[in-house]
Amino acid sequence: MPAGLNRALLTVAGAVVAIILAFAICSVAIVAAGGSPFDAFAAFFDFGASERAQSNSIAAFLNRAVPLFIAGLAVAVGFRMNLFNIGVEGQYRLAAICAAYVGSTFTAPAPIQITVIILVAAAVGGLYALIPAVMKVTRGVNEVISTIMLNYVAIALTSYLVRGPFAGERAAGQLTTTTPELPESGMFPNLNVVFDWFGLLPPTRQGGVWGFLLVAIVLGVGLWVVLERTRFGFTIKASGLNGPAALASGVDPKKMVVAAMVLSGGIAGLIGLPEILGDRGAFNSNFTAGLGFLGIAVALLGRNKPLGIAFAALLFAFLDRAQGAMQIADVPPSVITIIQGVIVLLVVVANEITGRVALRLEERRAAQQLGRNQPLEVAA
Amino acid sequence: MSADTLATAKPAVELEGITKRFPGVVANHDIRITVDPGTVHAIVGENGAGKSTLMKILYGMQKPDEGTIRINGTEVGFRTPSDAIAAGIGMVHQHFMLADNLTVLENVILGAEPSKLGRLDIAAARARINDLAAGHGLRVDPDKLVEDLGVGDRQRVEILKVLYRGARILILDEPTAVLVPQEVEELFQNLRELKAEGLTVIFISHKLDEVLDIADAITVIRRGTTVASLPRGEVTSARQLAELMVGSELPTPETRESTVTERVAFEVRHLTMEAGGHHPIPKGTPVAAYAGQLRAEGKRLLLDEVAFEIHEGEILGIAGVEGNGQSELIEAIMGIRPAHGVISLAGRDISAWSTLRRREAGIGYIPEDRHRQGLLLEASLWENRVLGHQTRKPARRGIWVDRGASRRDTERIVKEYDVRTPGVDTLALALSGGNQQKLIVGREMSGAPTFLIAAHPTRGVDVGAQAAIWDHLRDARAAGLAVLLISADLDELIGLSDTIQVIYRGRLVAALDPSDITPERLGGYMTGAIAGTEET
Repeated sequence: MPAGLNRALLTVAGAVVAIILAFAICSVAIVAAGGSPFDAFAAFFDFGASERAQSNSIAAFLNRAVPLFIAGLAVAVGFRMNLFNIGVEGQYRLAAICAAYVGSTFTAPAPIQITVIILVAAAVGGLYALIPAVMKVTRGVNEVISTIMLNYVAIALTSYLVRGPFAGERAAGQLTTTTPELPESGMFPNLNVVFDWFGLLPPTRQGGVWGFLLVAIVLGVGLWVVLERTRFGFTIKASGLNGPAALASGVDPKKMVVAAMVLSGGIAGLIGLPEILGDRGAFNSNFTAGLGFLGIAVALLGRNKPLGIAFAALLFAFLDRAQGAMQIADVPPSVITIIQGVIVLLVVVANEITGRVALRLEERRAAQQLGRNQPLEVAA
Repeated sequence: MSADTLATAKPAVELEGITKRFPGVVANHDIRITVDPGTVHAIVGENGAGKSTLMKILYGMQKPDEGTIRINGTEVGFRTPSDAIAAGIGMVHQHFMLADNLTVLENVILGAEPSKLGRLDIAAARARINDLAAGHGLRVDPDKLVEDLGVGDRQRVEILKVLYRGARILILDEPTAVLVPQEVEELFQNLRELKAEGLTVIFISHKLDEVLDIADAITVIRRGTTVASLPRGEVTSARQLAELMVGSELPTPETRESTVTERVAFEVRHLTMEAGGHHPIPKGTPVAAYAGQLRAEGKRLLLDEVAFEIHEGEILGIAGVEGNGQSELIEAIMGIRPAHGVISLAGRDISAWSTLRRREAGIGYIPEDRHRQGLLLEASLWENRVLGHQTRKPARRGIWVDRGASRRDTERIVKEYDVRTPGVDTLALALSGGNQQKLIVGREMSGAPTFLIAAHPTRGVDVGAQAAIWDHLRDARAAGLAVLLISADLDELIGLSDTIQVIYRGRLVAALDPSDITPERLGGYMTGAIAGTEET
């Protein structure tokens, strides 16, 4: 379909221009912070001196991308129907601690153990997202407000749980509290074997490349199928594009709000699992935070489409990874946050512009084709 | 001051070679119009011919790609409507732009407030408005809230608004579309007075009888260009104008022989909707008693015990001034808004069913506002075909959307309903209004509906598409479809309907036989001027 291809090319072109512009703007920020932009950009591609360090850098890059990708998917499900689930942050933290705790209470063969952990995480995330959904459909509470508020509840609740009911043993000298360790069968096998294929040394830090990457890919493909091919996906799309038309066509808006919110929360529940199952084996008080908020940026950057979100997550992870290298290059690492922020802003602007241009082109194309096919009527 | 004595004066408005290349189906191409001062100049053309674009150019909302505009002999280049207003041009939009919760006076001065020493000078404003109103015969009470005004009064407020800003040239975009015949006559009286004061009126319409009634000169636009410019005296009949407009024979909406059968396809009884939210009826109270109780309490009823039945093969027309309960009636029938009373389809009570179930049971729905309720503008045509049919063949295959079958069926609609489009993957927004509407009609006729709600089915579509849609409605009626037709176009109502019911303030006040009713008498019932009596 050439029309669709046109639109896709325009989108990609817009994103590329936005990213280049973002780097240009950030060069100014780097100079202002007393660094050298060239050193900074060199740092992005500085994966370390030794082979082992390079492998570790690649692993860190991929390991960062996986939770960002899942977070982007979770946010995108809501965005698709103009539902702003800002509560991904709270949903994933609560889901992560519950899943880590439940997983530590029993021991079963690995596939069962891991499946149960995944299901618990999805269920907790989904149920937590059900609260704002129910409030919205019964009382008309704006989901933006309620999910932001529930984030605070979830964050406070997890800090309580990790110290109180779900706390495991604290090793001597440890400052952090943690849930009990998962049994060996709860750990997801890593993907270090891939490094062998390319003749690289396997990474050693963070437990290697997390195998949950595969689950994330399956999730992304599955979500694409659901959104683009099923009736449920169609009704989500219709509700997002034109609510009154969807209502008049027999789509129940309340059911859709609940379904989309719970699906979004369920996916959000999985965000913490790569880290738990791949590296730490537990949820502890310095567990990676902020992934839910980053997911909003990733979803925006990826235009709410799984493939776009994958690229956005890789880009963000690529930038995040360079923080260490930046410090070595004597550039303030917070420059990365500036770059990310500027990229998102510019991409949103670029999306708006390319979207309009694409619609214009479509109209013009239709007009031209019709103009060709139909001669003007002769005056009476 | 008459048109003749001023014929040699500089033209009030002169458009020459106006061309606007625009991404859409119709653009303006080499438009030439000369409007003499102190006249009513009508610009006629079917919907989508380019009248609105032209007026937007004249009012500074869009810039022409080529051509010149001269106002009173001076060449101008408007960048914004403010420039046009400064040059003495005022526009009365088809859809009123008034703030409901402000008074007439506040609306008129909004954006052009007179001030004295930095404070709002209400007294000066009032004096000026009263002056204008008295001078031009535009009688409105400046202290009334706009929300309490009728359509005709609101229009007068709009006209006052532009006069207040010093306009000497008035553009009226389809001013009669929202008026009943009596109000049209009042408007024309106002326009004649304005003309007598030396003001120039540009009157855009496609209602030819009205144009012949009011205009001193007429310009016809077809497919974006001016095809004829005639003084009123040279136009002999509406038919002549219509043929210039469409370049072909004019269709009429007449149904031929009656196809009404004995079988009731659809029935509504005691349908009642209260303003200010739906409340369940106390158990054991019949709807009629409940409605009576609400009336006794002085509550406003959006729908007041509406009852009718439609037989297979019958078109029931609902006439009424907009805002008298038509939208509520449709939404109650579709299950979009809750209401009391019984709705039954083929003898089965469906009043507790969801919208989806009603659709699946065979109710088709052509919505009054196709962009709001009928289409996903940013989705492809075939996805729009799926809309509303997402649970039925051919759009559905288990949990999946059957893309292949949906595409093929959309191609069928495109062919059968003559939807002019490059293909079924085109986005709906790239189509002209008439083609969008034909797609909707085709979709709603799919899946063998037994009952169809057609709300303003030909609003804003060109004459060609209008004729095609009327033909499809007639064919479906002949095949036994029951149709509820709601339209503001009285000719359409009278021409298509087997029975006409008039709705006034949420009540069906009269049942009329379309074969012996005139638009004027119908207008009388619609405004409540003629008390409701049952006749057949």
